[in-house]
Amino acid sequence: MNDILSTYETAVGAQIVAQLRQLGKVLHGARVVHVNSTRYGGGVAEILHKLVPIKQALGLDTSWEVVNGDAAFYESTKSFHNALQGDRIDIPPTLLEHFEATNRRNADELRATLEDADFVFIHDPQPAPLLALCPDRRGKWIWRCHIDLSHPYRRVWRYVRRWVRDYDASVFSLPEFSQELPHPQYLIAPSIDPLSDKNVDLTAREVTEIRERFGLDPEIPLLVQVSRFDRFKDPLGVIAAHKLIDKVAPTQLVLAGGEATDDPEGALVLEEVMEAAAGNDRVHVLMLPPDAHRTINALQRAADIVIQKSIKEGFGFTVAEAMWKGKPVIGGDAGGIRLQVVDHYTGFLVNTPEGAALRARYLLHRRDLLHEMGERARRHIWENFLITRHIRDYLSLMIGLRMNNQERIEVRT
Amino acid sequence: MKPQPPHVQSSRSPFIVGDCALMTIATGTKAQNLREFREGLLKVPPSSIYHHFWGRLLTPRFDEPEYSNDFAAWAYRALHEKALAERLSAVDPSGYDDLEELRIALVDIVEITLDARENVPSARSDQMFHFLRGKLVVMDSEVTIEHPDQLPAVLPGLSTGSVYYHFIDARRRTPDKYDDFCTWLRGWEPDYDHVISRLRELDPFFSSLKEIRRLLTAIFAEPADDRGAVTADALPPGRVARESS
Repeated sequence: MNDILSTYETAVGAQIVAQLRQLGKVLHGARVVHVNSTRYGGGVAEILHKLVPIKQALGLDTSWEVVNGDAAFYESTKSFHNALQGDRIDIPPTLLEHFEATNRRNADELRATLEDADFVFIHDPQPAPLLALCPDRRGKWIWRCHIDLSHPYRRVWRYVRRWVRDYDASVFSLPEFSQELPHPQYLIAPSIDPLSDKNVDLTAREVTEIRERFGLDPEIPLLVQVSRFDRFKDPLGVIAAHKLIDKVAPTQLVLAGGEATDDPEGALVLEEVMEAAAGNDRVHVLMLPPDAHRTINALQRAADIVIQKSIKEGFGFTVAEAMWKGKPVIGGDAGGIRLQVVDHYTGFLVNTPEGAALRARYLLHRRDLLHEMGERARRHIWENFLITRHIRDYLSLMIGLRMNNQERIEVRT
Repeated sequence: MKPQPPHVQSSRSPFIVGDCALMTIATGTKAQNLREFREGLLKVPPSSIYHHFWGRLLTPRFDEPEYSNDFAAWAYRALHEKALAERLSAVDPSGYDDLEELRIALVDIVEITLDARENVPSARSDQMFHFLRGKLVVMDSEVTIEHPDQLPAVLPGLSTGSVYYHFIDARRRTPDKYDDFCTWLRGWEPDYDHVISRLRELDPFFSSLKEIRRLLTAIFAEPADDRGAVTADALPPGRVARESS
């Protein structure tokens, strides 16, 4: 198991892994459980796939549980997601009852594991009621919110707050997302894994093969947005931006959507996207399976510019992924994208399709700046948004909770 | 966990390199306009004032900070109050005996601006100032330095957490507000007096921790005869090398 740590020593540097080992010693043997609502699809699941084995290698007894639900459960949680990101959606009482019943059923299955754990991380609202359903819990419970909670629809937030207020701590990606809650609210930015299939270095041949597979012309500049077909990702806005760019200079656009099992709205948005892209040979809409990580990797590497024109965004993993590959990102001026895209340094923050088009045209015209920004983007991610930093923060958080929230914690041996 | 003895003693004992990580915590206090900002300054815990001056160095950021603290940066970027930003940026926290005095100095500056304005300067709703505080987790780095001459080789490999712990955090936890390198070198007097004075001149306000590490390395790497000044190419672009006194 320690092999995984050696691999990261090579990838990110020995001193960073040494920090993890130091913190891991303090928590050795601690039972840690992560709970979310999907094993595949979406950034949270991707992070947990790597975070769990690394914590295990550091000596923490870590496991990952997934709450199961039917279509109605995911419909309710999708509504939560949209409402917490600001949509005025009233969730019918019958759906709320179903949400609670599903959590009760999951609690029956998970109760023994969760009540026995030293630390339980509940990711997002879907499994939030589990705390109330585990009355004999002995450990510290942390609610990890990955959503842009800056302007939630208050009625739905009040409902979700009922379930999360009794946690020992919550974790948000940005200060703007924090809410009035009776416990400490930690700020931890998410991260990407440099060694995952989605981010690992590829050969030029692999990138060329992807171009050929999807009929992309290597001579025409390529813009890529990778994300679920979700209104908050504004794929229609990206198509509108592409139309504006393409009028001036021929450009290809790839909209590559991953499918998440907890997102019932995706098919509807995809239909609208297909309609908007119809008849334009230079717009490629790709529906990729959840395990198409190397394909996404190659598409991001093939891109001249990566776009992530989200209107709301918790973090924006695809932004970090693209920047890690040395691509400047034109991102929506929203949520966690602001943490990563330093306007005019590592990319551009935009608010409209017109803004995205303007910045893309500028970068395609100024190739020297495009490359400079790309290099800065890669460095920014290396220094701040890799999984090793993320794990260090989680370990520090657990130590902090154990030490009753002292302001200064000495863990020297 | 029992409190541990300090890493560094003022003697020729080895320098045990520490390391640290910062946890950032929302205080729940935020401000959209300058009046709310003043109220926030008055009510947040002292650790929040400290965080926005120093803890910020350990948070994700890009290259050189334009202003020396988060308050000044917000005044400029969100309120577009350049004069206020300049005044806030000129506040040197090490010139105050404690954080309460520092807090009062900041409030005074804000009040001067408020008094001079008919309208209260405001930020966009998505550019509010969020008062944060930090929690420092201090750990070992497993690096020990036996002699000051080893520093040029060791420093480049230290984490930014180690640089923060020994060069920034030390100023708060030591009675004479010295950084740990100076404290250690005082045990080797008079051999390193000139290095101590060079370290005391190093202004950490406008540098990232990586840059501080580079400057420290440059100072320690200078041959003894040349330690009069940091050479221009050792300084960040746009900065002028200072003559030694």
